[in-house]
Amino acid sequence: MAGTLAEKILGRKSGVDVRAGDIVVVPVDLAFVQDTTGPLTVRQFQASGLKKVADAKKAAVFLDHAAPSPRSELSNDHRLLRDFAAKHGCLLFDVGEGVCHQLVAENLAGPGEVIVGADSHSVTAGALGAFATGMGSTDVAVAMGLGKTWLRVPETVKVLVRGSFQKGVSGKDLILYLIGRVGADGATYKSLEFGGGAVNGMGMADRLTVANMAVEAGAKVGLFPSDRVTEEYLRGWGRGHKYVPLQPDPGATYESVVDIDASVLEPMVSRPHTVDNVTTARELKGTRVHQVFIGTCTNGRVEDLAVAARTLRGKRCHAGTRLLVAPASRRVLLGAMRKGYIRTLVEAGATVLPPGCAACLGVHQGVLGDGEVCLSTANRNFKGRMGNPESQIYLASPATAAASAIAGEIVDPREVM
Amino acid sequence: MLRGKAFKFGDDISTDLIVPGRLAHLRSNLPELAKHVLEDADPSFASRVRPGDVVVAGKNFGLGSSREHAPLVIKMAGVSAVLARSAARIFFRNAINQGLPVLICDTDRIAEGDELEVDLASGTIKDLTNGAALTFGKIPPVMLRILNEGGLIPYVQRYGNIKV
Ligand code: SF4
Repeated sequence: MAGTLAEKILGRKSGVDVRAGDIVVVPVDLAFVQDTTGPLTVRQFQASGLKKVADAKKAAVFLDHAAPSPRSELSNDHRLLRDFAAKHGCLLFDVGEGVCHQLVAENLAGPGEVIVGADSHSVTAGALGAFATGMGSTDVAVAMGLGKTWLRVPETVKVLVRGSFQKGVSGKDLILYLIGRVGADGATYKSLEFGGGAVNGMGMADRLTVANMAVEAGAKVGLFPSDRVTEEYLRGWGRGHKYVPLQPDPGATYESVVDIDASVLEPMVSRPHTVDNVTTARELKGTRVHQVFIGTCTNGRVEDLAVAARTLRGKRCHAGTRLLVAPASRRVLLGAMRKGYIRTLVEAGATVLPPGCAACLGVHQGVLGDGEVCLSTANRNFKGRMGNPESQIYLASPATAAASAIAGEIVDPREVM
Repeated sequence: MLRGKAFKFGDDISTDLIVPGRLAHLRSNLPELAKHVLEDADPSFASRVRPGDVVVAGKNFGLGSSREHAPLVIKMAGVSAVLARSAARIFFRNAINQGLPVLICDTDRIAEGDELEVDLASGTIKDLTNGAALTFGKIPPVMLRILNEGGLIPYVQRYGNIKV
């Protein structure tokens, strides 16, 4: 029977024809944790009585959320995780390597795989056609130990994106628009499957941004087809052998279809304190911004830093606005250095943070003051997210963030292009 | 049968409101972390909640990060069940894995401070204060088995495997 991407991947993995609603046990190609969820995974693993990791090459530990560690308690968590990785021979990506989801995309994920991460943005690898989903520490502990997990095959919402993006509009604006339209729980328990002309033409950086935020609409997974873009991306990281083409079947059953014309999309912004509180950058013109943060698993890639550097070349950040830039990985940092983006950004007044989550979750590096406003390229603006419940977070694309850093207030980037 | 008082919360209570990222350094010190449960949503909750009490919320409870510490500290605070109009996917699964029932029902019919009686076996909730009788959505059988064992770790200890 004709299947959606989710049905096809989980069907192949479980060895039976599956339909939305079925519950399956599937082998896991990668189970991973990061430094804020991992310590509980280690303790649960020990408590479970499972002695060994089922396949050490399919288990990974990332130290990225508090990196480098700002306090002894977190340093001790890092020690616990390093010891666990060493004892079981798991993959370890230590402080400075970058954000887990970027490293999964660069080094590990492939189309058709099943990936579970103890981090909600594990959906990012859906950009590569992997059934990648976030779980809690205990689920991942058990997935590491047994090499498998149980999943309910999700219903699928097809997101058909037609036409092409205007200049200054990117994947970030598309996903913010979509979340604003369906709501923060509009896709709960579901698969968001992206397709249409604009999606086929989208580069991998934009696909990763869109898949990353599928969870902000509640989705279990955000899936892209695996095509030439996927193949080129994998080749670029020396992993061409991982490529397999993957498309949904014609005639697959969708719970609903969301039709979007990319050519009418504008630069979008999420207002505090929920991601679905979306409007256009134009509407918010004049909103004073104290800190601009460009980075994270959502928008910390070379392509994002390129947009920021292009916007800021030969200009200065506004005197009342701090610009923080955190490359998503060491390889992103190196790439941006080679291309001269880092120099441009630093000359424009940016503070460059080490590869990792940096200011995203309020543990360190860029905690806001009372009443301060941050415009961030991250994926979440919940109250308290960046370390202070008395501050406000707006979310936007790298183009909008860079243009706003110059203006000191939110602006539509098309005004300065 | 679970019995306790209702603590009401609104819509979209994120895991950042339940256990904020700024307390990440306490995640290996659960008793300390638990003192801050739901602090950014209701600063007095942790000191007022009593064993058996029930968290009663609106839609999309537990949205956001996958931190399992969220249901974990709610359970440690003595909360016997979370009732919500809807719950975020990862939170729901994490709560069951921690042995904390999350029950989807029409929470508009419950007021702050109401005495509640929850019958997991029959799928009913009685509001003893206003007399309302509610039913809650079915928990999938695989999750019910995990819940009945007290969580995923006791389940794996017992069966050494997962079966659906
Ligand atoms: S960059 Fe932010 S959203 Fe991404 S994994 Fe890190 S903390 Fe989570």
